[in-house]
Amino acid sequence: MPSLLKRLPLGAIVDVLMPVLAVLGALLVGALMLIALGANPVEAYGALLEGAFGSANAIAETAVKATPLLLVGLGICISFRANVINIGGEGQMVVGALFAVAVALAVPNLPPLLLLPAVLLVGFLAGGLWGGIPGVLKAYLNVNEILSTIMLNIVAVQGMNFLLRGAMIDPAEIEAGTRIPQTMRLSPAADLPVLVPDTRLHLGVIIALVLAVFVYIFLWRTTIGYRIRAVGHNPEASRYAGINVKQYTVLALVLSGAFAGLAGAILVFGSESHRMVTDGSATGFTGSAGFNGIVAALFGGLHPLTTIPASFLFGALLVGANKLQRAVQVPAALIGALNGLVVIFVVSTDLIRRRLTQRRALREPQPESETRPPQTESSHAK
Amino acid sequence: MLSELLTTDVLIGIVASGIRLATSYLYAAIGETFGQLSGVLNLGVDGIMLMGAFGAYYAVIKTDSLFLGVLTAVGIGLIMGLAMAYVSVTLQAEQGISGIGFYLFGLGMSDLLFRKLVGTPLPASTFPRLHIPLLSDMPILGEVFFRHSLMVYLAFLLVPISSYVINRTTFGLKVRAVGQNPEAGDTLGINVNRIRYTTVILGSVLAAVGGASLSIALLGIFQQNLTNGQGFIAVALVYFGAWRPAGVMGGALLYGLVAALVLAGNTTGIIPRSGADIAAMMPALLTILALVIATRQVHQPAALSKPYKRGE
Repeated sequence: MPSLLKRLPLGAIVDVLMPVLAVLGALLVGALMLIALGANPVEAYGALLEGAFGSANAIAETAVKATPLLLVGLGICISFRANVINIGGEGQMVVGALFAVAVALAVPNLPPLLLLPAVLLVGFLAGGLWGGIPGVLKAYLNVNEILSTIMLNIVAVQGMNFLLRGAMIDPAEIEAGTRIPQTMRLSPAADLPVLVPDTRLHLGVIIALVLAVFVYIFLWRTTIGYRIRAVGHNPEASRYAGINVKQYTVLALVLSGAFAGLAGAILVFGSESHRMVTDGSATGFTGSAGFNGIVAALFGGLHPLTTIPASFLFGALLVGANKLQRAVQVPAALIGALNGLVVIFVVSTDLIRRRLTQRRALREPQPESETRPPQTESSHAK
Repeated sequence: MLSELLTTDVLIGIVASGIRLATSYLYAAIGETFGQLSGVLNLGVDGIMLMGAFGAYYAVIKTDSLFLGVLTAVGIGLIMGLAMAYVSVTLQAEQGISGIGFYLFGLGMSDLLFRKLVGTPLPASTFPRLHIPLLSDMPILGEVFFRHSLMVYLAFLLVPISSYVINRTTFGLKVRAVGQNPEAGDTLGINVNRIRYTTVILGSVLAAVGGASLSIALLGIFQQNLTNGQGFIAVALVYFGAWRPAGVMGGALLYGLVAALVLAGNTTGIIPRSGADIAAMMPALLTILALVIATRQVHQPAALSKPYKRGE
């Protein structure tokens, strides 16, 4: 036990410090870019902070923006822990939203207590189904999941365009001849209730937070979660230990897709317009949450609970970016570029983190069996 | 009704425009082929294309020199390729994820620069379509093959050149060696990291030029997310073409032709809009099918996306 105690602090410090340094590095590069563009970085970041946290409304917006990032990020925690790289969050969000919207259009007269859970559940399941496809392709046909999820994103987006221009279009759009590819105002029975009057803070935020705790319990306190992590850590050893690696690979992608699907549904039913609209691209609907959720999860060290503050951080950056744009006339796209830098810095510092952990492991040989995922991976959570 | 609209002229137009639309995919995918053959998966192609597209566009509207436009794209490709290689090769980062970082960076940065430096969309001059005596005047074939811009011909010229380099030169042999078995290559005195730096930078330059082929050859404009995911498709095309330039070209032509068909459908009304959406799905579905077949019959470079750690 003393060795375990000794192991904890350094692991925790390194795990927390590296992503923080990565963000600081990105913000520093951002400051240089701001100077190059003729803006005062202090003023710019001040405006960003104020835009994200300056009022009750701003905080609510930040929370709403963080919600899809958190949900996608939770799915990423599961899949990346299983060593499955799911780049299909965008498509899974779209498919989850489409199926959820279809339910709301089909049975609009159900009471809210039935319809709202129904649409969210359907979004979750549909996203899971869409995520399951690359899962099966990877596990049983050996198809690289990075590529298949990217391709399925394209399929999902075209499916969305097809449906929103055809079967699901608002009849009023056809009558008026404007043909904007959007649904009608969806049944109010499926609206996510607003929790704080005069803000957009809706129930979806709470759902995401509760699910983060569930995913934590699932990954670290259940056998299935343990096996998912074991498969990701060492598939060979897992196989010898009697774990069906293929099944768990599929499961990881199904769950990952399901959380993204739920994020898509919450995006629609928590939106101001309560419609689903397409501008022809995935980003137009998701706001790149399918990608930024990966950023948040990585920043959160692939841990569900630390992904919460990470999502809020990136939600805040996205919301504050608009204020920054108005204050110093630098386009909000700056934040998108900085998100990219954060990802690059986080994965780049991974080597340094690994080296530090390895050196420690060499000093203190670990008596654990091979099949067990290393304690250090989760040590900062305990 | 359908047969009336589908005249020979329309068909010829579709094939010719398909070849033009395949160009940007081809540059990016041929470049990516080199990186992947040497064992590096660069998923940031789309972001690099966007930066190249903007850089070329900006240089052209400022100087009105197409040559400077391409040169700017090349420079951007060099810098981003160097950064990508440093992250993937030297720092041994997880390539599937670092690529997403480069994509997000390029997506945001190109939009930022466009809004800050240009603001309102200005048309840029584009590479003129060449008129080759005799060839361009041939019926049908002239229209389909011989009335394109220099950028189109360069892209297709890359196919035999890269085939030759990969299969017939020492450099190509080294590239394939470090992609299959970096340890063995290292033992034989091949500098694994230098080869991988070279291929990643080369791939990045070609991706940036591919972006430029969109902004200053095909379209003459820049806008946010101009490539709309073409770089990701280019990565998949390399698998589709089983790491052979000719196969990659086949895939690029497929995407180009479908895009041309969709475009023609939208303007002439041959295909209803909804049909166009379904048609645009087809290349992605075909790519997945090709991936299923490819992974059964062709072996990918054994060390693909695995960083090389010496002495481990």
